[in-house]
Amino acid sequence: MEALGLLLHGFHVLLTVKTLSLMMVGLVLGIFVGVLPGLGGPNGVAILLPLTFTMDPTSAIVMLSCIYWGALFGGAITSILFNIPGEAWSVATTFDGYPMAQQGKAAEALTAAFTSSFIGSFVAVVLITFLAPGIASFALRFGPPEFFAVYFLTFCSFVGLGREDKHKTLISMSLGLLLAGVGMDTVSGQLRMTFGSSDLLRGINFLVAVIGLFGISEILLTMEERLALRGHAAKISLRVVLKVWKEMPQYWATLLRSSLIGCWLGITPGGAIAASFMGYNVAKRLSKDKESFGKGRIEGVFAPETAAHASGTSALLPMLALGIPGSGTAAILLGGLMVWGLNPGPLLFVEHKDFVWGLIASMYLGNVVGLVIVLSTVPLFAAVLRVPFAAIAPMIVVSCAVGAYAIQNAMFDIWLMLGFGVAGYVFKKLAIPLAPFTLALVLGNRAEDSFRLSMIGSAGDMRVFWSNSLVGSISTLALVLLFWPLIGAAFARLRGARG
Amino acid sequence: MADPDSSGGREDTAAPAGDPPAVAGKRSVEIAVSALLLAFAALMGWDNWRHGAGWASDGPQAGYFPFYLSVILGGASLYGLVTAFLDRAAAGEPFVNREQLGRVMQVLVPTFLFCLFTQWLGLYVASFLLIAGFMRAVGKIAWWKSLLTAFVFSVTMFVTFDIAFDVIMPKGPLEALFGL
Repeated sequence: MEALGLLLHGFHVLLTVKTLSLMMVGLVLGIFVGVLPGLGGPNGVAILLPLTFTMDPTSAIVMLSCIYWGALFGGAITSILFNIPGEAWSVATTFDGYPMAQQGKAAEALTAAFTSSFIGSFVAVVLITFLAPGIASFALRFGPPEFFAVYFLTFCSFVGLGREDKHKTLISMSLGLLLAGVGMDTVSGQLRMTFGSSDLLRGINFLVAVIGLFGISEILLTMEERLALRGHAAKISLRVVLKVWKEMPQYWATLLRSSLIGCWLGITPGGAIAASFMGYNVAKRLSKDKESFGKGRIEGVFAPETAAHASGTSALLPMLALGIPGSGTAAILLGGLMVWGLNPGPLLFVEHKDFVWGLIASMYLGNVVGLVIVLSTVPLFAAVLRVPFAAIAPMIVVSCAVGAYAIQNAMFDIWLMLGFGVAGYVFKKLAIPLAPFTLALVLGNRAEDSFRLSMIGSAGDMRVFWSNSLVGSISTLALVLLFWPLIGAAFARLRGARG
Repeated sequence: MADPDSSGGREDTAAPAGDPPAVAGKRSVEIAVSALLLAFAALMGWDNWRHGAGWASDGPQAGYFPFYLSVILGGASLYGLVTAFLDRAAAGEPFVNREQLGRVMQVLVPTFLFCLFTQWLGLYVASFLLIAGFMRAVGKIAWWKSLLTAFVFSVTMFVTFDIAFDVIMPKGPLEALFGL
């Protein structure tokens, strides 16, 4: 029960007027960002990251993670009231959430969404509290080959398990890794892929890429589709909240199942989107009344929201313990850690106890405070969506530019953001996935360093990745995942031949 | 809807209630993007080869890792190029039609100008111009509302970033006038 003591210490770090007010500011900003079309979780956190540059790391991460919570809650508002998923993982919430709003049960749907988000995240935070320290101390035994194997596993699982065309995932990932290498080589100090440009010397900052890819491109897409924001009004009264909460226990099995699905997929990279769909589908398949799904059934809101938030939250577990983010937003938080001069990974638990446990404690507190704030301020945020898009779009563009510039104080980055915006628009329309790109860009240098350090250690012998049982099993698992589609097809054929 | 096999926009315009004519087909964009990525991979591969993509006495050289990534990127784009060429079924699928492209340009061109103006006039003045101009020209919102919103937003951004959080944005002649 060492974790409990450390957690209490975390709460102690947190409970100051300053951090608590930052938390509130973060939550409100986050809901705001989550509600606006074209912002959403990863991009919102990336744009607001510069606000934290002058803070101490603990306050900064508390504020950022609260922005993240807020954005998660905010996404549900747009899905239910406006049938516009703020995030890919809110798509499944629209299936039953929007029909409920149409039937005049918007308040019930929103309460269900917020409460199940809360439950999903809560389960995941408990998991992080008790698993993270263990994984971190285990990971302390990792050397460069083990770390490279874990990075390799992350990349392979994207290719093997992703639902997009394999070659498109590969394009996205190798492009990200390649762009991560632009600038000065950290091992030899040599310049590469800069073509004599002094702007490229700094390298391509992944936050700039995220802001362009997710922010600017989303504005372009929204304009193209000419989204008419016509939503349902909602006001949540205490009576409705209590009514939904009273109904909730009868869905305990759905909630538990979705939480577990979410936690599992969140730890596996790239799982948050899959989690919400899987949570929804499993609930539907196991239900006695399959027909009523999609027509405004409250269980159809509980299931995907719980899973999405459990996975969004548990995506922070590999980020904290291993330095490998499980989701796009976790990747940006990881970028934040590096900006503040912290080195993500297992050593964080040893060297920066205050920071890690402050963050975990803030997840508990932010989750509870977020639930209260979001339940009480829904009408206000729904009103934001009635502001004409012609006013919101340029403001988002300006916010994106501010975020991109502030990271390195470089005008070049604003142009780079615009370039990534156009690229993101084309990529999204061609179904080239952006998540592997983001992940590759943030992990590229670390993956390369660990690869080269292992190679230096083994004098160029690739067998170092199978030199002991630990690294060997991770590497083998990575290869299995990479070729999973082929293996799966072979199995299916075998079974077919037998049958 | 137009017949999927029909190429070009003529049939589409003749159709009574069809979508506006497509500016580009999905297949041609797919081919163009794959070719661009292939060229990019070749350029990166060449640059890394030039810097040394082999082994030195102390392990892999600076270009080793990126060189092989360029090879993977090149291979994947080549595969994409070939499949897009062979995919006859996707030939009629539009990438973007004229109306959609028009709307995308309505935001892309102002954004480009905004970036340009940020360089000369500073971010806050450019932000004022972008918001006021966009609200007025695209949103057809009353002048006074557009100007007021743009002013309030730009000043709020200035106070938040430059003053409250010490995050300094690019400035232009107007700020110089006030001695900021």
